[in-house]
Amino acid sequence: MSILNKFKPLQASYDALRAAGGDPFSVCFDEVLSPSEALSKGKRMILLGTNNYLGLTFDPASIDKAVEAVRAAGTGTTGSRIANGTYGDHAELERRLATFYGRRSAMLFSTGYQANLGILSTIAGRGDHILIDADSHASIYDGCRLGHAEVIRFRHNDPKDLARRLRRLRDVPGDRLIVVEGIYSMLGDTAPLKEIAAVKRDWGAYLLVDEAHSMGVLGSGGRGLSQATGVEDDVDFIVGTFSKSLGAVGGFCVSNLPDFDVLRVACRPYMFTASLPPSVVASVLQALTRIESDSALRDRLHMNANRLYDGLTAEGFILGPQPNPIVSIRMPSTEIAIAFWNALLDAGIYLNLALPPATPDNYPLLRSSVSAAHRPDQIDEAISAITSIGQSLGVIEPPARRAVR
Amino acid sequence: MNAQHQVAEIIVEMISSLPQAPREVSLDTNIARDLGLDSLAVMNFVMAIEDRFDVSVPMDKLAEVETIRDLADVITDLKGR
Repeated sequence: MSILNKFKPLQASYDALRAAGGDPFSVCFDEVLSPSEALSKGKRMILLGTNNYLGLTFDPASIDKAVEAVRAAGTGTTGSRIANGTYGDHAELERRLATFYGRRSAMLFSTGYQANLGILSTIAGRGDHILIDADSHASIYDGCRLGHAEVIRFRHNDPKDLARRLRRLRDVPGDRLIVVEGIYSMLGDTAPLKEIAAVKRDWGAYLLVDEAHSMGVLGSGGRGLSQATGVEDDVDFIVGTFSKSLGAVGGFCVSNLPDFDVLRVACRPYMFTASLPPSVVASVLQALTRIESDSALRDRLHMNANRLYDGLTAEGFILGPQPNPIVSIRMPSTEIAIAFWNALLDAGIYLNLALPPATPDNYPLLRSSVSAAHRPDQIDEAISAITSIGQSLGVIEPPARRAVR
Repeated sequence: MNAQHQVAEIIVEMISSLPQAPREVSLDTNIARDLGLDSLAVMNFVMAIEDRFDVSVPMDKLAEVETIRDLADVITDLKGR
């Protein structure tokens, strides 16, 4: 007997996955050539699953700022924000984020995951109620588990179910916090935020929107779904990440609540971890300037996303409900999903294999994320590889049969 | 018949109408194991139960539920709140 015996069933599933060929958990890029290409085992791959929405990981200005900062301030802060880990640039980035969102305050976290962990576990306390969308990201579930509030799930993107659950709480004391995401990471669908904001107002709840996949992607200024749907005033907390459109790592929360800054001395995932290194803060500051000033990046991203979404739809694949930079292809079974993913790797296309129970509706998914940095010919190459593998695995019908229908 | 029994009876009835339901469903039936439901299916099933009784089962309470009896106890408790 071993303390690890409880993982035997998980080990068995993992072994089965590895037996089928490549292993999604150990894909290794030996050399990253650009935001859209890398070498893996000597083979050139098109990167179609890296959440690098604006392609800013190799932005020359961001790299220059990061290099300047690492030379000026060193490789790391070696301390938490409440000890020695607050530098001028941390405070500057917080001011810039607050200004970007037009809010009073902003707090940095060392990852996006920690931002949700910290904010959710702290702002809702014992006797409060958190209502989360059932398809929420793991960081939202984990943030809820770390805190002491009562957690209730509502049906994915269903404002009526949310309202029903708030009604059931009508005579119960405590604050209510609704948590939704701008773009959901598995299917790329957006929350019905206008309707959810109306429910929030009806029931006097607070609203938190995780804009991890929608910051820099949606809204005319890149402020996410809250901006795109015109409900920014109803959103009490916006959580986001620097590891997607901003091309680095880190997380944040912005808010207009007057006493928000008290969280700096209450929020343990903020207080007891090392702060972001100076190079990261510097590149994020630069990337933020870029997304504020260059809306052409967003236009290019959506052009590419539509090209992939429309191209795959035309070939007969079943995709998520909306054309967004996350384009997910529904697979008929786990076996076919694994074979498909491996065949794509062999064909030089990297995307994400998503298996139940991490996926909604229990269907395995091939999840891709498009970047503004993709060239149209890379998107077309991906469509053609996906189509030919899809035909040979029977996921879509061959063209001849489709033509006569 | 007490409230817990009535609730349990309705849950058993709802389970028996599931396509994968075993022939014998009792208070001791383990929801995940005996019904062959994965975590997602359990959640969908619980949401149907929540609608039927007009309650929301908080996640920490749900984590403690293994059998139909456990679920009936939680629902009865929430109804009595």
